[in-house]
Amino acid sequence: MQPKKAKELGNWILGGLSWVAAVFTLIALCGVIIMLAIKAWPSMQAFGFSFLTDTVWDPPNNIFGAFVPIYGTLLTSLIALLIAIPVSFGIALFLTELSPAWLRRPLGTAIELLAAIPSIVYGMWGLLFFSPIFAQYVQTPLMNWTANIPILNQLFAGAPIGIGLFTAGIILAIMIIPYIASVMRDVFEVVPPLLKESAYGLGCTTWEVIWSVVLPYTKAGVIGGIMLGLGRALGETMAVTFVIGNSNILDGYSLFSMGNSITSVLANEFPEASLTGFHQSALMELGLILFCITCIVLSLSKVMLSRLQKAGGK
Amino acid sequence: MTLYQRRKLANRLALTLSLCAMAFGLIWLLWILETTIVKGFSALSWSLLTESTPAAGTMGGGLLNALVGSLLLVFFATLFGTPIGLLAGIYLVEYGRFTWLSKTVSFVNDVLLAGPSIVMGLFVYAVIVVPTGSYSGWAGVIALLLVQIPIVIRTTENMLQLVPQTLREAAFALGTPKWKMILAITLKAARAGIITGILLGIARIAGETAPLLFTALNNLFFTTDMSGPMANLPKMIYDFAMSPYPRWQEIAWAGVLLITIGVLFLNILARFFSRKKF
Repeated sequence: MQPKKAKELGNWILGGLSWVAAVFTLIALCGVIIMLAIKAWPSMQAFGFSFLTDTVWDPPNNIFGAFVPIYGTLLTSLIALLIAIPVSFGIALFLTELSPAWLRRPLGTAIELLAAIPSIVYGMWGLLFFSPIFAQYVQTPLMNWTANIPILNQLFAGAPIGIGLFTAGIILAIMIIPYIASVMRDVFEVVPPLLKESAYGLGCTTWEVIWSVVLPYTKAGVIGGIMLGLGRALGETMAVTFVIGNSNILDGYSLFSMGNSITSVLANEFPEASLTGFHQSALMELGLILFCITCIVLSLSKVMLSRLQKAGGK
Repeated sequence: MTLYQRRKLANRLALTLSLCAMAFGLIWLLWILETTIVKGFSALSWSLLTESTPAAGTMGGGLLNALVGSLLLVFFATLFGTPIGLLAGIYLVEYGRFTWLSKTVSFVNDVLLAGPSIVMGLFVYAVIVVPTGSYSGWAGVIALLLVQIPIVIRTTENMLQLVPQTLREAAFALGTPKWKMILAITLKAARAGIITGILLGIARIAGETAPLLFTALNNLFFTTDMSGPMANLPKMIYDFAMSPYPRWQEIAWAGVLLITIGVLFLNILARFFSRKKF
């Protein structure tokens, strides 16, 4: 074979294969959406938009409304964000400004290892070790304390059994802290030293530099990181399934009540779902809803992060 | 109190809270590791590695079937997933840079990367398990593969982008064909980072349970037949942890210990590679 031909052949093979691999990724995403939509179609036709707002989830009678799992997913993710955002901010602040240089790497790695622990381990630990302690030392005192305060006693009502929506939110918070913290740390590090030094030169304290210079500069990146954490929290399955209580009945809006998330319903019911009724189809629709929510959240996070990159390029 | 004192106080307060946040993060890590090690070590024994899972309510037995099953699933997912991820990463940086396709794929990849893994299980259930009529190891492999590929693509893309453009230009100036330049120069320069990505991908799928729930299912017996339901460690832990039998729960803790050690080891190894210069 002539050298010229070999050159073209090699390019043709590697270029072609890599193109196929890239297109494969695209097809995988489209395939997931299309396949779920096809499987969810019977349930979409039967229940329409009221699927999103109905609270009755009754497989034996073939009636499905997904409000409880959707509410559970959104509420647990919200609780997780409320806890994780300030903590992650504190951790990022510590790692970039406070920590001695030799401790930065090991501490950063330790926080990142929190993300590496498999979610099933979180689930088992959460159910058997965290929830009893949580019930005894947090739930019970909190309920006694708020028993006579009008709105709070509704929020913290129920039996202090340790599992439920609030516990799931806390476990999710622990799981997403490393994601948010590492994005925050990374974007804090790209702030030009000149900006920070100018502020210090004017006599700002460390906190003022962080709050008025670093945070505004990295705003888009920080929001991007939070969205990334939210995406994780929405899609987390095993840890939530262990501790959320797996109840499809909505009784009041207490944070301590047991509930269900989209992922825990799928994990619990899908293997036993009957093919004859709408059960499996309704579960597929839940999967589709979850996928669409996370797609939107992640797209927003991408847009935010790329806006920061553009601003940083100036 | 003067303004100056107030500012100093606010600063002190914020930095103390930041220290607390750091401690808050570390406490969970230590608590989880402590639980895992204490409960796991007390359940460790040789029979874990030599015997399959025991029948309900009986003593003895081990995790051999689940360990072998998990290894097979992860092995095949890595075997097929890594080349696809590598090639797609090469396309994004070397062949399709700045094209419409590569921008779209890069975006889609981010969605898949952080997307809910249980949905991958649903997808594979619909396209593999339903048509073939049974849960199977291969279905589990495909579900894991879909979780792993985005990780490999992301790191390959990032690492290839870090390779200086001048290296490529130098190679072209010498008349090197593009494919040879990619294989011999850019991939080699990015080797350490790419290995890190592959290791992180393996670590991620080794601990994944959700995609296996409706694909590989589980199997209480020893099997290496990938076309039938396949035992695997995460699902075994899930089933056993929820069971009322003390021996099963003990085995679940041993499984938790093995899986945590394995995954953390892979993560630390990956970090080691990412620091190493070749």
